[in-house]
Amino acid sequence: MKRKSRFARSQRMTIATGILFVVVVIIILQLWLFTATMNAFLGGDRAILWPAAIASLICLGLNIGLLWYLYGLEK
Amino acid sequence: MMTDQESEQLTVPPDGRSPEEQPRWRKDFPIDWPQDEYLSRREFIKFLLLTSAAFSTGQVAFLVSDFVQQQTSPPASQVITAVADVPVGGSLIFHYPEGSPARLLVRVNEETFVAYEQQCTHLTCPVIPAVDDLELHCPCHDGVFDMLTGRPLSGPPQRPLARVTLEIQNGNVIATGIEKRMV
Repeated sequence: MKRKSRFARSQRMTIATGILFVVVVIIILQLWLFTATMNAFLGGDRAILWPAAIASLICLGLNIGLLWYLYGLEK
Repeated sequence: MMTDQESEQLTVPPDGRSPEEQPRWRKDFPIDWPQDEYLSRREFIKFLLLTSAAFSTGQVAFLVSDFVQQQTSPPASQVITAVADVPVGGSLIFHYPEGSPARLLVRVNEETFVAYEQQCTHLTCPVIPAVDDLELHCPCHDGVFDMLTGRPLSGPPQRPLARVTLEIQNGNVIATGIEKRMV
């Protein structure tokens, strides 16, 4: 038997909208990080590469976590 | 009174009118609009996740590219030309190391030679020396670089040109290395 979600459909919609905004902000941050890293890399500055890659992967992890949470709401 | 289960199943048409006022086609083929909107939003988030993954992949690609560059040994010194072959104010295109993008050698005065990567740091158009003004001009977007330092003076370029370090030995101009810079 299918378990009923703990959130009403309208609430899930609101949560999805909120998550969408957070994901968009994170992606804009990743875009900025990518362009800044490219500029540094082409200029021969290697010090920024590892921190930028780690930060970008953390952002990706956050996005995956948010999508995971969204799917979890439907169970 | 409407139960929770019923309110969950309630379909609200996008035009907001009551079910009785809906056109025939919508009555015949009812769509769960709220659920449809929810799913499209969720799928959009899923698509954005791909964008996020692409940026992260790009960052990792920088690391890999840097690792490969570290593994390759720096180019050996190379004779570019004889000092006497380049007049004051003259310039010469060369490749250092062989097969690499074009570099530009300029003789500023009797004793001073400078050499830079010829590609503009904005969109890689070839820069042209203007020795009288001590500048390098990029004709594509009016970028201007200082000839003595390679630093951008005006226009869209933000980074200096990569500098080729030079030595004068036995009447020859010798390239000894490449120096990328941020400022």
